[in-house]
Amino acid sequence: MSKTKIEIKNLYKIFGPKDKSYVKAVKDGLTKQKLLDDHNHVLGLDDINLSIPEKKIQVIMGLSGSGKSTLIRHVNRLIEPTSGELFVDGENVLSMSQNQLREFRRKSTSMVFQKFALLPHKTVSQNVAYGLTIQGVKESIAKERSHRWIDRVGLSGFEERYPAQLSGGMQQRVGLARALATDAPILLMDEAFSALDPLIRTDMQNILLELQEELHKTILFITHDLDEALRIGDNIAILRDGRVVQEGDPQEIIMKPADAYIRDFIKDINRSKVIELRSIMNKKVKGSGKGLKLDMTIDEALPILNTSKNNSFSVVDNNNKVLGSVNLDSAINALAKDSTNDVAERYK
Amino acid sequence: MDFWTEIPSLGRSDLRDLKKGIDASFKSFSRKYGADIEAFFDPLYFFLVKLEKILIAAPWPIILIIVAGLAYLGSRSWKLAFGSVLSFVIIGYFGMWKDMMATISLISVATIICIAIGIPIGILMSRYDRVQAAITPVLDLMQTIPIFVYLLPVVMLLGIGRVPGLIAVIVYALPPIIRLTNLGIRLVDKDVLEAADAFGSDYRQKLFSVQIPLALPNIFAGVNQTIMMALAMVVIASMIGVKGLGMPVLQSIQNQYLTLGLMNGLAIVALAIIFDRVSQRYGKRLQAHRYGKEHE
Repeated sequence: MSKTKIEIKNLYKIFGPKDKSYVKAVKDGLTKQKLLDDHNHVLGLDDINLSIPEKKIQVIMGLSGSGKSTLIRHVNRLIEPTSGELFVDGENVLSMSQNQLREFRRKSTSMVFQKFALLPHKTVSQNVAYGLTIQGVKESIAKERSHRWIDRVGLSGFEERYPAQLSGGMQQRVGLARALATDAPILLMDEAFSALDPLIRTDMQNILLELQEELHKTILFITHDLDEALRIGDNIAILRDGRVVQEGDPQEIIMKPADAYIRDFIKDINRSKVIELRSIMNKKVKGSGKGLKLDMTIDEALPILNTSKNNSFSVVDNNNKVLGSVNLDSAINALAKDSTNDVAERYK
Repeated sequence: MDFWTEIPSLGRSDLRDLKKGIDASFKSFSRKYGADIEAFFDPLYFFLVKLEKILIAAPWPIILIIVAGLAYLGSRSWKLAFGSVLSFVIIGYFGMWKDMMATISLISVATIICIAIGIPIGILMSRYDRVQAAITPVLDLMQTIPIFVYLLPVVMLLGIGRVPGLIAVIVYALPPIIRLTNLGIRLVDKDVLEAADAFGSDYRQKLFSVQIPLALPNIFAGVNQTIMMALAMVVIASMIGVKGLGMPVLQSIQNQYLTLGLMNGLAIVALAIIFDRVSQRYGKRLQAHRYGKEHE
């Protein structure tokens, strides 16, 4: 378990003119609906507790209105909480003065936005250098560094273009480069890829994962798209009505959904492409035959399992140590576990 | 019964005393401080006179070259530059050169002062809702009050001449630039501002590198409006002794000189069109990035 980078404790956010006065009532069980109906205040976040590990991708997932964008804006205090605590590297973000906060935003966090939010009157190069410019970094250094990042996201040759001259996908690459250019250890991504079409989105996810392999940033990634969450998240927290309904690694969420809401959420995903052998292996029995890797998906394993229907195959970690076994039945059972699943229908 | 037919009113003599009292105190105020106030505006007077003298004294071909240059720099259109020069030549040919120079110097000084006062006020209004709430009614007043009503106290304080004329023009032409600066800054995309915040910009950085550049098209529309309104005031300003193209128009109204009025009126129109087209084109070029074109 790696070190905790961002610690959120008992965070509440109520929108409305008399927000503070309702915190106690909400803590005592006043519901979101009642707060809205009787007092005309909106409960944005309801008792959020999250420990976000360093150098991992933490995904916050939820439908619109679930409070995910509100939550991410608390980390750099673009939104002030109504009550609660927030620590980054053990430092209390909420007690920072305006100057400290500005310094914190410049050095410790950077952000990528759903609608890109590029400066339309500045070139790609100036946009990427923006964070450095406002820190007072010398122009020549800022330019050199920004060009390195432009190159890194695959936009060389577009340095002197304006954002309006670029496609959506390219604009978001600029947004990503701008966020990376300040070398801040925390990257906040607010539905960063949601506005892009599916192919470009996959492309951007690949770029992000590739960059993460060498940069090891603490990434807080907001999305409403489960496939995206499963693909890039080391850890997923699912938000509903401002409350975390389940938190854990992707396999855990698929295999043990906490409630009907999440079951409903995950019912349309292609289980075979998500579930990995480590989630379905039998740890008590060592198998025989060819060793299959822990993080192999069922989809990848099925053809191999099918070659020898009654045999158990051993499951091994990266050091080829045998940890358990799988066979065709266990794979099919895993797919069929959710009876609403089409895949399950087919295997009946 | 009187109550229903006669609106309750201050007695005639009371009303007369009230008016007299205010008039008298304003008169004594203007007698006492008039000279000081005039002295305060002296630099303005010198500036205005200097500019006018320079424009009139300068050889006409040089003025034409400058006009062509400015028109081209503003609009990047040779057609517009040529049209401007042609208009100037025609106006000069019909004997209105000096008056035109006087008018141009008045408009230029008025516009510069309006920009210098208006943009900072507009910025303050955009930053503080309270300032906006306080200034908006003042602007409404400035734009709706009949011009002659504020000409009167200005003349009483400063007499007739260029400076009171200039002040009258400024009062009339100032509101659009203030309003559009305020509006322009308030209309800047919230997402972009949030991004600026997220990267740790302070207020000044946000103002100068995000808000003002993005508000420029609107601010420039304000400048354009200010110029147009200043030109519209030229004739009225001539009533209190401002020289320029307005003066002959005023004379022709009083004496029924049809041709004189028409010629000078058309000269004002020509100036208005030139200023408008050049400044509009310039304003459009400021937002070239929005259409995905390269800056020139």
